[in-house]
Amino acid sequence: MTTENKIQSPYTIGEIEVGEPCCLPVPHLEIKDLQISYDNKTVLDNVSLDIYKGCITALIGPSGCGKTSFLSALNKLLDLKSNARVSGEIHFEGQDLIGDDIDVLKLRRRIGMIFQTPNPFPISIYRNLDLPLKEHGIKNRKIRQQKIEKALKDVGLWEDVKDHLDKSALQLSGGQQQRLCIARALVLEPEILLMDEPCSALDPISSKVVENLIKSLKGHYTIIIVTHNLAQAKRVANYAAFFWMKERVGKLIEFGQCHHLFENPGHELTAAYVSGEAG
Amino acid sequence: MTSRMFDAMILSSSLFVSIIFVWITGDVLLKGLVHLSWDFLISAPENSGRSGGIGPILVSTAALLFIALSVAIPLGLATAIWLSEFAKDNERFATITSLTLDVLAGIPSIVYGLFGNAFFCVFLGLGFSILSGGLTLAFMILPVFIRTCEAGLSAVNTHWRQGGHALGITRISTVWHILLPAASPAIIAGLILSIGRATAETAALIFTSGYVDRMPGSVMDSGRALSVHIYDLSMNVTGGDQAAYTSALTLICIIIVLNISAQIIMNRWLHRRIVK
Repeated sequence: MTTENKIQSPYTIGEIEVGEPCCLPVPHLEIKDLQISYDNKTVLDNVSLDIYKGCITALIGPSGCGKTSFLSALNKLLDLKSNARVSGEIHFEGQDLIGDDIDVLKLRRRIGMIFQTPNPFPISIYRNLDLPLKEHGIKNRKIRQQKIEKALKDVGLWEDVKDHLDKSALQLSGGQQQRLCIARALVLEPEILLMDEPCSALDPISSKVVENLIKSLKGHYTIIIVTHNLAQAKRVANYAAFFWMKERVGKLIEFGQCHHLFENPGHELTAAYVSGEAG
Repeated sequence: MTSRMFDAMILSSSLFVSIIFVWITGDVLLKGLVHLSWDFLISAPENSGRSGGIGPILVSTAALLFIALSVAIPLGLATAIWLSEFAKDNERFATITSLTLDVLAGIPSIVYGLFGNAFFCVFLGLGFSILSGGLTLAFMILPVFIRTCEAGLSAVNTHWRQGGHALGITRISTVWHILLPAASPAIIAGLILSIGRATAETAALIFTSGYVDRMPGSVMDSGRALSVHIYDLSMNVTGGDQAAYTSALTLICIIIVLNISAQIIMNRWLHRRIVK
Protein backbone atom coordinates (compact mmCIF):
# COMPACT_ATOMS: atom_id res chain seq x y z
CA MET A 1 0.00 0.00 0.00
CA THR A 2 1.54 3.32 -1.00
CA THR A 3 0.70 6.73 0.25
CA GLU A 4 1.50 8.38 -3.06
CA ASN A 5 -1.35 10.04 -4.78
CA LYS A 6 -1.90 7.99 -7.93
CA ILE A 7 -5.59 7.44 -8.36
CA GLN A 8 -6.05 5.63 -11.66
CA SER A 9 -8.93 3.31 -11.36
CA PRO A 10 -10.89 4.17 -8.30
CA TYR A 11 -11.63 1.30 -5.89
CA THR A 12 -8.81 -0.89 -7.10
CA ILE A 13 -6.46 -2.05 -4.40
CA GLY A 14 -3.05 -0.49 -4.38
CA GLU A 15 -3.95 2.09 -6.97
CA ILE A 16 -5.56 4.68 -4.80
CA GLU A 17 -4.49 7.02 -2.11
CA VAL A 18 -4.93 5.74 1.37
CA GLY A 19 -3.13 8.46 3.26
CA GLU A 20 -5.09 10.67 5.58
CA PRO A 21 -7.09 12.77 5.46
CA CYS A 22 -9.07 11.32 2.63
CA CYS A 23 -12.44 11.65 4.23
CA LEU A 24 -14.58 14.67 4.73
CA PRO A 25 -15.67 16.12 8.04
CA VAL A 26 -19.23 16.04 6.74
CA PRO A 27 -21.71 13.82 8.55
CA HIS A 28 -23.16 11.14 6.31
CA LEU A 29 -25.25 9.62 9.07
CA GLU A 30 -26.35 11.55 12.13
CA ILE A 31 -27.47 9.35 14.97
CA LYS A 32 -29.31 10.90 17.92
CA ASP A 33 -30.42 9.22 21.12
CA LEU A 34 -30.60 5.80 19.55
CA GLN A 35 -32.13 3.17 21.76
CA ILE A 36 -32.49 -0.50 20.88
CA SER A 37 -34.43 -3.04 22.89
CA TYR A 38 -35.36 -6.68 22.50
CA ASP A 39 -38.56 -7.82 24.19
CA ASN A 40 -38.69 -4.52 26.07
CA LYS A 41 -35.21 -5.12 27.45
CA THR A 42 -32.90 -2.30 26.47
CA VAL A 43 -29.60 -3.47 25.00
CA LEU A 44 -28.28 -0.16 23.72
CA ASP A 45 -29.18 3.22 25.11
CA ASN A 46 -28.64 6.86 24.38
CA VAL A 47 -26.21 6.57 21.49
CA SER A 48 -25.51 9.78 19.58
CA LEU A 49 -22.75 10.16 17.03
CA ASP A 50 -22.00 11.34 13.51
CA ILE A 51 -20.58 9.05 10.89
CA TYR A 52 -18.37 11.03 8.54
CA LYS A 53 -18.52 10.76 4.80
CA GLY A 54 -15.81 8.66 3.17
CA CYS A 55 -14.27 7.74 6.52
CA ILE A 56 -13.89 4.42 8.22
CA THR A 57 -15.46 4.37 11.64
CA ALA A 58 -14.58 1.42 13.86
CA LEU A 59 -16.94 0.25 16.56
CA ILE A 60 -14.99 -1.40 19.35
CA GLY A 61 -15.90 -2.85 22.70
CA PRO A 62 -16.55 -6.21 24.33
CA SER A 63 -19.02 -8.76 22.94
CA GLY A 64 -22.66 -8.25 23.78
CA CYS A 65 -22.61 -4.50 24.19
CA GLY A 66 -24.85 -3.88 21.18
CA LYS A 67 -22.41 -3.09 18.38
CA THR A 68 -23.98 -5.49 15.91
CA SER A 69 -27.48 -4.35 16.87
CA PHE A 70 -26.36 -0.77 16.30
CA LEU A 71 -25.04 -1.72 12.86
CA SER A 72 -28.22 -3.53 11.85
CA ALA A 73 -30.33 -0.59 12.95
CA LEU A 74 -28.62 1.54 10.31
CA ASN A 75 -29.88 -0.48 7.33
CA LYS A 76 -33.11 -1.40 9.11
CA LEU A 77 -32.19 -5.07 9.17
CA LEU A 78 -33.21 -5.03 12.82
CA ASP A 79 -36.81 -4.37 11.77
CA LEU A 80 -36.98 -7.98 10.59
CA LYS A 81 -36.77 -9.18 14.17
CA SER A 82 -40.27 -8.93 15.50
CA ASN A 83 -39.09 -8.52 19.10
CA ALA A 84 -36.71 -5.64 18.37
CA ARG A 85 -37.63 -2.00 18.93
CA VAL A 86 -35.55 0.94 17.73
CA SER A 87 -36.15 4.52 18.78
CA GLY A 88 -34.30 7.78 18.37
CA GLU A 89 -33.21 9.39 15.13
CA ILE A 90 -30.94 8.31 12.29
CA HIS A 91 -30.61 11.04 9.69
CA PHE A 92 -29.43 10.01 6.26
CA GLU A 93 -29.59 12.47 3.36
CA GLY A 94 -32.47 14.44 4.78
CA GLN A 95 -34.51 11.43 5.87
CA ASP A 96 -35.03 10.03 9.32
CA LEU A 97 -34.57 6.28 8.94
CA ILE A 98 -36.59 5.59 12.06
CA GLY A 99 -39.39 8.14 11.88
CA ASP A 100 -40.02 8.41 8.15
CA ASP A 101 -41.61 5.91 5.87
CA ILE A 102 -38.61 4.33 4.18
CA ASP A 103 -38.41 2.01 1.18
CA VAL A 104 -36.11 -0.52 2.86
CA LEU A 105 -35.14 -2.29 -0.36
CA LYS A 106 -33.87 0.96 -1.86
CA LEU A 107 -32.23 1.91 1.43
CA ARG A 108 -30.35 -1.37 1.59
CA ARG A 109 -29.07 -0.81 -1.91
CA ARG A 110 -27.53 2.44 -0.67
CA ILE A 111 -26.33 1.01 2.65
CA GLY A 112 -24.63 -2.33 2.01
CA MET A 113 -23.69 -4.83 4.66
CA ILE A 114 -20.95 -7.43 5.08
CA PHE A 115 -21.35 -10.13 7.71
CA GLN A 116 -18.98 -11.94 9.99
CA THR A 117 -19.38 -15.28 8.21
CA PRO A 118 -18.99 -14.93 4.45
CA ASN A 119 -22.43 -15.68 2.99
CA PRO A 120 -22.14 -16.05 -0.77
CA PHE A 121 -25.29 -17.59 -2.25
CA PRO A 122 -25.00 -21.25 -3.32
CA ILE A 123 -25.07 -20.24 -6.97
CA SER A 124 -22.35 -19.36 -9.45
CA ILE A 125 -19.86 -16.58 -8.78
CA TYR A 126 -21.36 -14.57 -11.61
CA ARG A 127 -24.98 -14.99 -10.51
CA ASN A 128 -24.08 -13.93 -6.98
CA LEU A 129 -23.51 -10.46 -8.39
CA ASP A 130 -26.01 -10.68 -11.21
CA LEU A 131 -28.98 -11.49 -8.98
CA PRO A 132 -28.90 -8.28 -6.90
CA LEU A 133 -28.39 -6.18 -10.02
CA LYS A 134 -31.39 -7.78 -11.72
CA GLU A 135 -33.40 -7.33 -8.54
CA HIS A 136 -32.69 -3.64 -8.59
CA GLY A 137 -34.00 -3.34 -12.11
CA ILE A 138 -30.86 -3.26 -14.23
CA LYS A 139 -32.25 -5.02 -17.27
CA ASN A 140 -29.41 -4.49 -19.73
CA ARG A 141 -27.15 -7.54 -19.67
CA LYS A 142 -24.13 -5.67 -21.02
CA ILE A 143 -24.34 -3.08 -18.26
CA ARG A 144 -24.67 -5.78 -15.63
CA GLN A 145 -21.64 -7.54 -17.08
CA GLN A 146 -19.57 -4.37 -16.91
CA LYS A 147 -20.64 -3.66 -13.35
CA ILE A 148 -19.84 -7.20 -12.27
CA GLU A 149 -16.40 -7.10 -13.84
CA LYS A 150 -15.67 -3.77 -12.20
CA ALA A 151 -16.83 -4.91 -8.77
CA LEU A 152 -14.73 -8.06 -8.98
CA LYS A 153 -11.73 -5.97 -10.02
CA ASP A 154 -12.34 -3.58 -7.16
CA VAL A 155 -12.03 -6.37 -4.63
CA GLY A 156 -9.04 -7.90 -6.40
CA LEU A 157 -10.86 -11.09 -7.27
CA TRP A 158 -11.16 -10.68 -11.03
CA GLU A 159 -7.86 -12.29 -11.98
CA ASP A 160 -8.60 -15.31 -9.77
CA VAL A 161 -12.13 -15.98 -11.00
CA LYS A 162 -12.47 -14.51 -14.49
CA ASP A 163 -12.04 -17.92 -16.15
CA HIS A 164 -14.56 -19.72 -13.97
CA LEU A 165 -17.35 -17.30 -13.27
CA ASP A 166 -19.86 -20.11 -13.66
CA LYS A 167 -18.32 -22.11 -10.83
CA SER A 168 -20.01 -22.25 -7.48
CA ALA A 169 -19.21 -19.42 -5.14
CA LEU A 170 -19.01 -21.97 -2.36
CA GLN A 171 -15.87 -23.43 -3.93
CA LEU A 172 -13.92 -20.26 -3.20
CA SER A 173 -11.72 -20.05 -0.11
CA GLY A 174 -13.02 -18.22 2.97
CA GLY A 175 -11.12 -15.05 2.17
CA GLN A 176 -12.23 -15.12 -1.46
CA GLN A 177 -15.82 -15.68 -0.37
CA GLN A 178 -15.66 -12.63 1.86
CA ARG A 179 -14.20 -10.56 -0.97
CA LEU A 180 -16.98 -11.85 -3.22
CA CYS A 181 -19.50 -10.69 -0.63
CA ILE A 182 -17.88 -7.28 -0.58
CA ALA A 183 -18.01 -7.23 -4.39
CA ARG A 184 -21.68 -8.21 -4.21
CA ALA A 185 -22.34 -5.22 -1.98
CA LEU A 186 -20.19 -2.90 -4.13
CA VAL A 187 -21.85 -3.93 -7.37
CA LEU A 188 -24.96 -2.06 -6.23
CA GLU A 189 -22.84 1.09 -5.84
CA PRO A 190 -23.78 1.81 -2.24
CA GLU A 191 -22.78 4.95 -0.39
CA ILE A 192 -22.28 3.33 2.98
CA LEU A 193 -20.89 -0.08 3.88
CA LEU A 194 -21.62 -1.73 7.20
CA MET A 195 -19.13 -4.44 8.16
CA ASP A 196 -19.75 -6.76 11.04
CA GLU A 197 -16.38 -8.25 12.00
CA PRO A 198 -15.59 -9.02 8.36
CA CYS A 199 -12.22 -10.61 9.13
CA SER A 200 -12.91 -12.57 12.27
CA ALA A 201 -13.88 -15.81 10.52
CA LEU A 202 -10.84 -15.73 8.21
CA ASP A 203 -7.32 -17.05 8.51
CA PRO A 204 -4.57 -14.43 9.16
CA ILE A 205 -3.47 -14.15 5.52
CA SER A 206 -7.00 -13.80 4.12
CA SER A 207 -7.76 -11.43 6.95
CA LYS A 208 -4.86 -9.23 5.91
CA VAL A 209 -6.02 -9.22 2.28
CA VAL A 210 -9.56 -8.23 3.27
CA GLU A 211 -8.22 -5.59 5.63
CA ASN A 212 -6.16 -4.05 2.84
CA LEU A 213 -9.23 -4.13 0.63
CA ILE A 214 -11.23 -2.27 3.28
CA LYS A 215 -8.46 0.32 3.56
CA SER A 216 -8.50 0.79 -0.19
CA LEU A 217 -12.22 1.59 -0.07
CA LYS A 218 -11.61 4.51 2.26
CA GLY A 219 -12.57 7.78 0.68
CA HIS A 220 -14.95 6.16 -1.78
CA TYR A 221 -17.42 4.74 0.67
CA THR A 222 -18.44 5.58 4.17
CA ILE A 223 -17.56 2.49 6.17
CA ILE A 224 -18.62 1.44 9.63
CA ILE A 225 -16.79 -1.62 10.85
CA VAL A 226 -17.31 -3.65 13.99
CA THR A 227 -14.08 -5.27 15.07
CA HIS A 228 -12.66 -6.97 18.10
CA ASN A 229 -9.20 -6.65 16.72
CA LEU A 230 -7.93 -3.39 18.20
CA ALA A 231 -4.77 -3.42 16.12
CA GLN A 232 -6.92 -3.71 13.03
CA ALA A 233 -9.14 -0.84 14.16
CA LYS A 234 -6.03 1.27 14.68
CA ARG A 235 -4.69 0.38 11.24
CA VAL A 236 -7.81 0.98 9.17
CA ALA A 237 -10.08 3.44 10.94
CA ASN A 238 -10.22 7.23 10.96
CA TYR A 239 -12.73 7.35 13.75
CA ALA A 240 -13.52 4.97 16.54
CA ALA A 241 -16.49 4.53 18.82
CA PHE A 242 -16.05 2.66 22.07
CA PHE A 243 -19.05 0.79 23.47
CA TRP A 244 -19.29 -0.68 26.95
CA MET A 245 -21.90 -2.41 29.10
CA LYS A 246 -23.15 -0.40 32.04
CA GLU A 247 -25.73 -2.12 34.22
CA ARG A 248 -26.40 -4.63 31.44
CA VAL A 249 -27.13 -1.92 28.93
CA GLY A 250 -24.77 -1.08 26.08
CA LYS A 251 -23.59 2.54 26.02
CA LEU A 252 -21.40 4.61 23.78
CA ILE A 253 -18.58 5.67 26.07
CA GLU A 254 -16.43 7.63 23.74
CA PHE A 255 -16.27 8.60 20.10
CA GLY A 256 -13.54 10.43 18.30
CA GLN A 257 -10.61 10.24 15.93
CA CYS A 258 -9.05 6.85 16.12
CA HIS A 259 -5.61 7.94 17.23
CA HIS A 260 -7.12 10.14 19.96
CA LEU A 261 -9.11 7.26 21.29
CA PHE A 262 -6.13 4.96 21.33
CA GLU A 263 -3.44 7.41 22.43
CA ASN A 264 -5.27 9.93 24.61
CA PRO A 265 -8.49 8.30 25.69
CA GLY A 266 -10.78 10.71 27.49
CA HIS A 267 -12.41 8.09 29.64
CA GLU A 268 -10.84 5.66 32.08
CA LEU A 269 -12.88 2.73 30.66
CA THR A 270 -11.54 3.42 27.18
CA ALA A 271 -8.03 3.64 28.53
CA ALA A 272 -8.41 0.32 30.31
CA TYR A 273 -9.94 -1.36 27.25
CA VAL A 274 -7.45 -0.18 24.64
CA SER A 275 -4.54 -1.05 26.89
CA GLY A 276 -5.96 -4.53 27.32
CA GLU A 277 -6.70 -4.19 31.03
CA ALA A 278 -10.44 -4.55 30.68
CA GLY A 279 -12.81 -6.27 28.31
CA MET B 1 -18.43 -56.70 25.37
CA THR B 2 -21.48 -54.47 25.61
CA SER B 3 -20.30 -52.70 22.49
CA ARG B 4 -20.20 -56.03 20.66
CA MET B 5 -23.70 -56.83 21.87
CA PHE B 6 -24.91 -53.46 20.70
CA ASP B 7 -23.30 -54.04 17.30
CA ALA B 8 -25.02 -57.42 17.05
CA MET B 9 -28.34 -55.86 18.01
CA ILE B 10 -28.30 -53.14 15.41
CA LEU B 11 -26.98 -55.53 12.78
CA SER B 12 -29.77 -58.02 13.42
CA SER B 13 -32.38 -55.24 13.39
CA SER B 14 -31.28 -54.05 9.98
CA LEU B 15 -31.08 -57.64 8.75
CA PHE B 16 -34.62 -58.24 10.00
CA VAL B 17 -35.93 -55.18 8.14
CA SER B 18 -34.10 -56.17 4.97
CA ILE B 19 -35.40 -59.74 5.15
CA ILE B 20 -39.00 -58.53 5.42
CA PHE B 21 -38.51 -56.25 2.43
CA VAL B 22 -36.89 -59.00 0.37
CA TRP B 23 -39.61 -61.45 1.40
CA ILE B 24 -42.49 -59.18 0.36
CA THR B 25 -40.95 -58.06 -2.92
CA GLY B 26 -39.67 -61.56 -3.66
CA ASP B 27 -43.09 -63.06 -3.06
CA VAL B 28 -44.81 -60.46 -5.23
CA LEU B 29 -42.12 -60.75 -7.88
CA LEU B 30 -42.22 -64.54 -8.06
CA LYS B 31 -46.00 -64.86 -8.13
CA GLY B 32 -46.69 -61.72 -10.12
CA LEU B 33 -44.05 -61.90 -12.83
CA VAL B 34 -45.57 -65.03 -14.41
CA HIS B 35 -48.58 -63.16 -15.72
CA LEU B 36 -47.08 -59.76 -16.27
CA SER B 37 -47.27 -58.98 -19.96
CA TRP B 38 -47.89 -56.06 -22.24
CA ASP B 39 -51.34 -57.45 -22.88
CA PHE B 40 -52.12 -57.47 -19.14
CA LEU B 41 -51.17 -53.81 -18.87
CA ILE B 42 -53.37 -52.60 -21.71
CA SER B 43 -56.44 -54.81 -21.76
CA ALA B 44 -59.59 -54.36 -19.71
CA PRO B 45 -60.37 -56.61 -16.73
CA GLU B 46 -62.75 -59.47 -17.38
CA ASN B 47 -64.68 -61.75 -15.06
CA SER B 48 -64.36 -59.33 -12.09
CA GLY B 49 -60.64 -59.05 -12.75
CA ARG B 50 -59.84 -62.78 -12.62
CA SER B 51 -58.76 -62.60 -16.22
CA GLY B 52 -58.05 -59.78 -18.64
CA GLY B 53 -55.81 -56.93 -17.61
CA ILE B 54 -55.65 -53.61 -15.82
CA GLY B 55 -55.61 -51.06 -18.70
CA PRO B 56 -58.52 -48.85 -17.53
CA ILE B 57 -57.32 -49.11 -13.94
CA LEU B 58 -53.89 -47.78 -14.87
CA VAL B 59 -55.53 -44.87 -16.67
CA SER B 60 -57.72 -44.08 -13.63
CA THR B 61 -54.71 -44.34 -11.31
CA ALA B 62 -52.68 -41.99 -13.48
CA ALA B 63 -55.56 -39.49 -13.63
CA LEU B 64 -56.07 -39.65 -9.85
CA LEU B 65 -52.38 -39.11 -9.21
CA PHE B 66 -52.14 -36.30 -11.74
CA ILE B 67 -55.04 -34.42 -10.14
CA ALA B 68 -53.74 -35.03 -6.62
CA LEU B 69 -50.22 -33.81 -7.42
CA SER B 70 -51.23 -30.82 -9.51
CA VAL B 71 -53.33 -29.59 -6.60
CA ALA B 72 -51.01 -30.60 -3.79
CA ILE B 73 -47.65 -29.39 -5.16
CA PRO B 74 -48.47 -25.69 -5.72
CA LEU B 75 -50.71 -25.45 -2.67
CA GLY B 76 -48.21 -27.31 -0.51
CA LEU B 77 -45.16 -25.36 -1.65
CA ALA B 78 -46.95 -22.06 -1.16
CA THR B 79 -48.05 -23.01 2.34
CA ALA B 80 -44.59 -24.29 3.25
CA ILE B 81 -43.01 -21.06 2.00
CA TRP B 82 -45.51 -19.01 3.96
CA LEU B 83 -44.94 -21.02 7.12
CA SER B 84 -41.16 -20.91 6.99
CA GLU B 85 -40.59 -17.43 5.57
CA PHE B 86 -43.56 -15.17 6.15
CA ALA B 87 -45.41 -16.57 9.13
CA LYS B 88 -43.47 -14.44 11.63
CA ASP B 89 -45.74 -11.54 10.73
CA ASN B 90 -48.75 -13.51 11.89
CA GLU B 91 -47.51 -15.86 14.54
CA ARG B 92 -50.81 -16.99 15.97
CA PHE B 93 -52.27 -17.99 12.65
CA ALA B 94 -49.03 -19.83 11.86
CA THR B 95 -49.17 -21.80 15.10
CA ILE B 96 -52.77 -22.76 14.43
CA THR B 97 -51.89 -23.80 10.86
CA SER B 98 -48.94 -25.93 11.99
CA LEU B 99 -50.98 -27.59 14.68
CA THR B 100 -53.79 -28.31 12.23
CA LEU B 101 -51.33 -29.83 9.77
CA ASP B 102 -49.84 -32.10 12.42
CA VAL B 103 -53.28 -33.33 13.43
CA LEU B 104 -54.30 -33.80 9.79
CA ALA B 105 -51.14 -35.81 9.10
CA GLY B 106 -52.17 -38.30 11.74
CA ILE B 107 -55.75 -38.78 10.60
CA PRO B 108 -56.44 -42.26 9.16
CA SER B 109 -57.06 -42.27 5.43
CA ILE B 110 -60.52 -43.77 5.82
CA VAL B 111 -61.55 -40.52 7.53
CA TYR B 112 -60.25 -38.59 4.52
CA GLY B 113 -62.34 -40.90 2.37
CA LEU B 114 -65.50 -40.15 4.33
CA PHE B 115 -64.73 -36.43 4.34
CA GLY B 116 -64.08 -36.52 0.59
CA ASN B 117 -67.33 -38.35 0.06
CA ALA B 118 -69.32 -35.85 2.12
CA PHE B 119 -67.59 -32.76 0.76
CA PHE B 120 -66.60 -33.42 -2.86
CA CYS B 121 -69.06 -36.14 -3.89
CA VAL B 122 -72.16 -34.90 -2.08
CA PHE B 123 -71.76 -31.26 -1.05
CA LEU B 124 -69.98 -30.07 -4.21
CA GLY B 125 -71.97 -32.54 -6.28
CA LEU B 126 -68.97 -34.10 -8.00
CA GLY B 127 -70.30 -37.58 -7.34
CA PHE B 128 -68.19 -40.74 -7.36
CA SER B 129 -65.56 -39.47 -9.74
CA ILE B 130 -61.85 -39.38 -10.42
CA LEU B 131 -61.97 -35.66 -9.67
CA SER B 132 -63.42 -36.28 -6.18
CA GLY B 133 -60.83 -39.00 -5.56
CA GLY B 134 -57.92 -36.91 -6.82
CA LEU B 135 -58.91 -33.94 -4.67
CA THR B 136 -59.33 -36.17 -1.62
CA LEU B 137 -55.88 -37.62 -2.22
CA ALA B 138 -54.48 -34.09 -2.56
CA PHE B 139 -55.87 -33.15 0.84
CA MET B 140 -54.55 -36.36 2.30
CA ILE B 141 -50.96 -35.86 1.13
CA LEU B 142 -50.81 -32.10 1.78
CA PRO B 143 -49.95 -32.18 5.52
CA VAL B 144 -46.88 -34.39 5.15
CA PHE B 145 -45.77 -32.64 1.97
CA ILE B 146 -46.08 -29.21 3.59
CA ARG B 147 -44.29 -30.24 6.77
CA THR B 148 -41.40 -31.85 4.86
CA CYS B 149 -40.95 -28.84 2.59
CA GLU B 150 -41.22 -26.45 5.51
CA ALA B 151 -38.59 -28.37 7.45
CA GLY B 152 -36.34 -28.31 4.38
CA LEU B 153 -36.76 -24.56 3.91
CA SER B 154 -36.20 -23.83 7.59
CA ALA B 155 -33.00 -25.86 7.52
CA VAL B 156 -31.52 -23.72 4.74
CA ASN B 157 -28.53 -21.67 5.89
CA THR B 158 -30.00 -18.56 7.46
CA HIS B 159 -27.01 -16.46 6.40
CA TRP B 160 -28.38 -16.55 2.85
CA ARG B 161 -31.65 -15.01 4.00
CA GLN B 162 -29.71 -12.31 5.80
CA GLY B 163 -27.58 -11.76 2.72
CA GLY B 164 -30.69 -11.38 0.59
CA HIS B 165 -32.19 -8.85 2.98
CA ALA B 166 -28.97 -6.87 3.23
CA LEU B 167 -28.80 -6.58 -0.57
CA GLY B 168 -32.33 -5.26 -0.79
CA ILE B 169 -33.58 -8.39 -2.55
CA THR B 170 -37.28 -9.01 -2.02
CA ARG B 171 -38.16 -11.92 0.22
CA ILE B 172 -40.02 -13.74 -2.50
CA SER B 173 -37.00 -13.45 -4.83
CA THR B 174 -34.70 -14.85 -2.18
CA VAL B 175 -37.11 -17.74 -1.74
CA TRP B 176 -37.39 -18.37 -5.45
CA HIS B 177 -33.75 -18.01 -6.47
CA ILE B 178 -31.91 -19.22 -3.37
CA LEU B 179 -33.97 -20.97 -0.71
CA LEU B 180 -36.22 -23.21 -2.83
CA PRO B 181 -33.31 -24.60 -4.89
CA ALA B 182 -31.28 -25.08 -1.74
CA ALA B 183 -34.16 -26.92 -0.10
CA SER B 184 -34.79 -29.10 -3.13
CA PRO B 185 -33.54 -32.35 -1.56
CA ALA B 186 -36.20 -32.00 1.16
CA ILE B 187 -38.85 -31.03 -1.36
CA ILE B 188 -37.99 -34.10 -3.44
CA ALA B 189 -38.20 -36.28 -0.34
CA GLY B 190 -41.63 -34.81 0.46
CA LEU B 191 -42.78 -35.38 -3.07
CA ILE B 192 -41.63 -39.01 -3.07
CA LEU B 193 -43.41 -39.66 0.22
CA SER B 194 -46.54 -38.07 -1.17
CA ILE B 195 -46.45 -40.01 -4.42
CA GLY B 196 -45.96 -43.23 -2.49
CA ARG B 197 -48.83 -42.49 -0.18
CA ALA B 198 -51.18 -41.38 -2.94
CA THR B 199 -50.43 -44.31 -5.23
CA ALA B 200 -50.84 -46.83 -2.46
CA GLU B 201 -54.04 -45.32 -1.07
CA THR B 202 -57.13 -47.49 -0.94
CA ALA B 203 -59.45 -46.46 1.87
CA ALA B 204 -59.74 -42.82 0.85
CA LEU B 205 -60.60 -43.78 -2.72
CA ILE B 206 -63.27 -46.39 -2.15
CA PHE B 207 -65.68 -43.67 -1.04
CA THR B 208 -64.67 -41.03 -3.53
CA SER B 209 -63.54 -42.36 -6.89
CA GLY B 210 -65.37 -45.63 -6.56
CA TYR B 211 -65.09 -49.16 -7.87
CA VAL B 212 -65.97 -48.92 -11.55
CA ASP B 213 -63.32 -50.74 -13.59
CA ARG B 214 -64.34 -49.45 -17.00
CA MET B 215 -62.15 -47.07 -18.97
CA PRO B 216 -63.00 -43.56 -17.66
CA GLY B 217 -64.26 -41.14 -20.30
CA SER B 218 -63.51 -38.03 -18.26
CA VAL B 219 -62.44 -37.00 -14.76
CA MET B 220 -66.13 -36.88 -13.85
CA ASP B 221 -66.41 -40.64 -14.33
CA SER B 222 -65.85 -43.06 -11.53
CA GLY B 223 -62.55 -44.93 -11.80
CA ARG B 224 -60.87 -47.71 -9.90
CA ALA B 225 -57.36 -47.11 -8.59
CA LEU B 226 -54.78 -49.88 -8.79
CA SER B 227 -54.62 -50.26 -5.01
CA VAL B 228 -58.41 -50.54 -4.81
CA HIS B 229 -58.22 -53.16 -7.55
CA ILE B 230 -55.67 -55.19 -5.58
CA TYR B 231 -57.80 -54.90 -2.45
CA ASP B 232 -60.90 -56.01 -4.32
CA LEU B 233 -59.19 -58.94 -6.03
CA SER B 234 -57.66 -60.28 -2.87
CA MET B 235 -60.57 -59.73 -0.52
CA ASN B 236 -63.77 -59.95 -2.57
CA VAL B 237 -63.00 -62.03 -5.65
CA THR B 238 -62.34 -65.72 -5.14
CA GLY B 239 -59.70 -66.89 -7.58
CA GLY B 240 -58.41 -63.35 -8.02
CA ASP B 241 -55.12 -63.88 -6.22
CA GLN B 242 -53.03 -64.31 -9.34
CA ALA B 243 -54.27 -61.07 -10.88
CA ALA B 244 -53.81 -59.37 -7.48
CA TYR B 245 -50.14 -60.40 -7.41
CA THR B 246 -49.52 -59.16 -10.92
CA SER B 247 -51.29 -55.87 -10.14
CA ALA B 248 -49.26 -55.49 -6.95
CA LEU B 249 -46.06 -56.00 -8.90
CA THR B 250 -47.18 -53.35 -11.38
CA LEU B 251 -47.95 -50.98 -8.50
CA ILE B 252 -44.49 -51.47 -6.97
CA CYS B 253 -42.87 -50.86 -10.36
CA ILE B 254 -44.96 -47.72 -10.88
CA ILE B 255 -43.94 -46.31 -7.50
CA ILE B 256 -40.26 -47.00 -8.20
CA VAL B 257 -40.45 -45.38 -11.64
CA LEU B 258 -42.38 -42.38 -10.28
CA ASN B 259 -39.88 -41.87 -7.47
CA ILE B 260 -36.96 -41.92 -9.84
CA SER B 261 -38.63 -39.56 -12.30
CA ALA B 262 -39.69 -37.20 -9.50
CA GLN B 263 -36.09 -37.07 -8.42
CA ILE B 264 -34.88 -36.36 -11.94
CA ILE B 265 -37.51 -33.74 -12.69
CA MET B 266 -37.08 -31.87 -9.41
CA ASN B 267 -33.33 -31.98 -9.85
CA ARG B 268 -33.68 -30.39 -13.25
CA TRP B 269 -36.15 -27.84 -12.08
CA LEU B 270 -34.65 -26.80 -8.79
CA HIS B 271 -31.34 -28.29 -7.86
CA ARG B 272 -29.54 -27.51 -11.10
CA ARG B 273 -29.99 -23.83 -10.39
CA ILE B 274 -27.67 -24.31 -7.45
CA VAL B 275 -24.03 -25.02 -8.11
CA LYS B 276 -22.25 -26.95 -5.44
